[in-house]
Amino acid sequence: MRYSGLRVIKEALTGHKGWKAAWRDPEPQPSYDYVIIGGGGHGLATAYYLAKQFGKKRIAVIEKGWIGGGNVGRNTTIIRSNYLLDGNEPFYEFSLKLWEGLEQDLNYNAMVSQRGILNLIHSDPQRDAFVRRGNAMILNGADAELLSADQIRAEYPFLNFNDARFPIKGGLAQRRGGTVRHDAVAWGYARGADSHGVDIIQNCEVTGFRIEDGVCKGVETSRGFIGAGKVAACVAGSSGRLMAKAGMRLPIESHVLQAFVSEGLKPVLPGVITYGAGHFYCSQSDKGGLVFGGDLDGYNSYAQRGNLPVVEDVCESGMSLIPAMGRARLLRMWGGIMDMSMDGSPIIDRTHIEGLYFNGGWCYGGFKATPASGFVYAHLLATDTPHDTATAYRFDRFRRGYMIDEKGMGAQPNLH
Amino acid sequence: MIINHPLLGPRDSQEFTYLGDASLIDRPDWQAENAVDQFHDYLYLRDNPAGSHRELWFHETGDRSWLVVTRDTTTHEITAVELARDVARARGRSK
Repeated sequence: MRYSGLRVIKEALTGHKGWKAAWRDPEPQPSYDYVIIGGGGHGLATAYYLAKQFGKKRIAVIEKGWIGGGNVGRNTTIIRSNYLLDGNEPFYEFSLKLWEGLEQDLNYNAMVSQRGILNLIHSDPQRDAFVRRGNAMILNGADAELLSADQIRAEYPFLNFNDARFPIKGGLAQRRGGTVRHDAVAWGYARGADSHGVDIIQNCEVTGFRIEDGVCKGVETSRGFIGAGKVAACVAGSSGRLMAKAGMRLPIESHVLQAFVSEGLKPVLPGVITYGAGHFYCSQSDKGGLVFGGDLDGYNSYAQRGNLPVVEDVCESGMSLIPAMGRARLLRMWGGIMDMSMDGSPIIDRTHIEGLYFNGGWCYGGFKATPASGFVYAHLLATDTPHDTATAYRFDRFRRGYMIDEKGMGAQPNLH
Repeated sequence: MIINHPLLGPRDSQEFTYLGDASLIDRPDWQAENAVDQFHDYLYLRDNPAGSHRELWFHETGDRSWLVVTRDTTTHEITAVELARDVARARGRSK
C-alpha cells in the first residue's frame, strides 16, 4: 500500500478501515540465502538495500525482541557528517545523502529535518581545529561553514556567550545536518524490506552458530535452526555477547550511555548545538522536549541504565551552556548499550569464519550512519567486496596500525 | 556505585577512574616468538562479558591505588574488591 496525503483523506472518510499492517509476521523458513541477525535500524536497512539495490532474494531479519526496540529507539536522533578523517568522512557524507532521499525512497515519513548542527568554539586552538575539520568536510563533498560569535548570537541569543572561563568565540555549522524521527527509521526500513519480500522474524533469539570446518552454515535460534548461505551479525551494543557464541573476541567493550528529555517547551532551539568545552549536545524535538546527552558512564555495562554522577555532569554542562535550561524539568532519561571500539570507529567486515559477516562497533555514532551502514553492509554481503566508502572499517586495522581514531585517544574505549 | 576499598572502606565510585578488563595485568612477554600476536590480543581484544567482570579501577582522588573490582555488568553489583598489587603478585607478576 502506497502512503500519500490523498490516502489519508480517503481513509479518514471511510473510517480508517483500509489500513493494513505495515509488514507481515512470517514463520521462519528452514533456510535462507541471507540471515541478518538484529532487527534494528542497521539490520533492517541492510535487508532493505540487499533486496532492493542488489536484487537478492530469500532474506530474513531475525530479532530477539521486537524490531526497533534497541538503540534505534534509544538515541538522540542527530544526523550529520562532520568528521575529519579520510576513513570516516566519505562514509558519513554518503549516509547524509541517503538521509536526504530516504523518505521518497521508502515512501515513509521519517520526519527528516535538516535544521543544521552547530559545534561551538571556545578558544583559538579549537577554532584552528574546527577550520581544519571544516576543510576536510568540504574536500569530501560535505558542507561546512565557520560562524562568528555575532552570527551565532542572532540564531541562539540565549547561549552563555560571556562565560568567564569558556566564552563562545564562534562555531562550525553544518546546515545539512539535523534530526530524524528515530522509530520511523526502523519502521520505514521494515516496511520497505517487507515489501521486497524480506521475512522479518521477531521474538527469535540467536542461541548459537552452526559452524562446520570453518564455514558458518546457519544459526540456532529459540525457534529452531535456520540455515543460511551468509549470516550477517548486526547487533551493535550486544556484539560481544553474540560473537562470543562464534568463539570470537572483538576489539569492543560494551558501555552505557545515558540520554535525557525535558518537559515540552515552546520552540526555542532551532537546530542541534554541541558544547565545545564539555561533552554536551542538545536539540529540541517536534513535541517540544529538549533532547540532550553527554558522556558515557565510563565502565563496562550491559544494564541499559546508568548512574547519577553522569546525570549531574551532563546537566552541569547543559546549565553552563544554556543557563535558561535550569527552569525546565527533566521528564525522562534512559540508557543504551554502546559497542565502544578500540579506536572509536565501526567495523563492517568479513570474519575469519566463512559465511559469517560482522557489522558493529558503532560507539555512540550509530544512528546517523543507519542508511549508509545498511547500504555498505548489503554491498559487502552481495559482492564480497567492501563499498568504496567503507574500505577502512576492517577488523585487521588494529594489527596493521591503521586505526581511525577521530579523537586521538588510543585503545581506551571509554574515552572515545 | 560504592566501591568497598580494602584499605579505606566504602568509597564513592566517582573518586575512581576506570581502565578496563583486569586481564591488562597480564602483559605478554615481549621476547616471545609470537609477541606481535600476543600484544595485538592484549591491547585490542576483550572478552566483554555480560555478567561477572574483573576490572581495573584507579583511586585517583584518593590513595592512588589500583584495585581489581569484580562487578556484574548486567546489574552493576560489586561482589569483590582487591588491591591490584596483591592480584599481580599472586600471579607472579612482580616481587
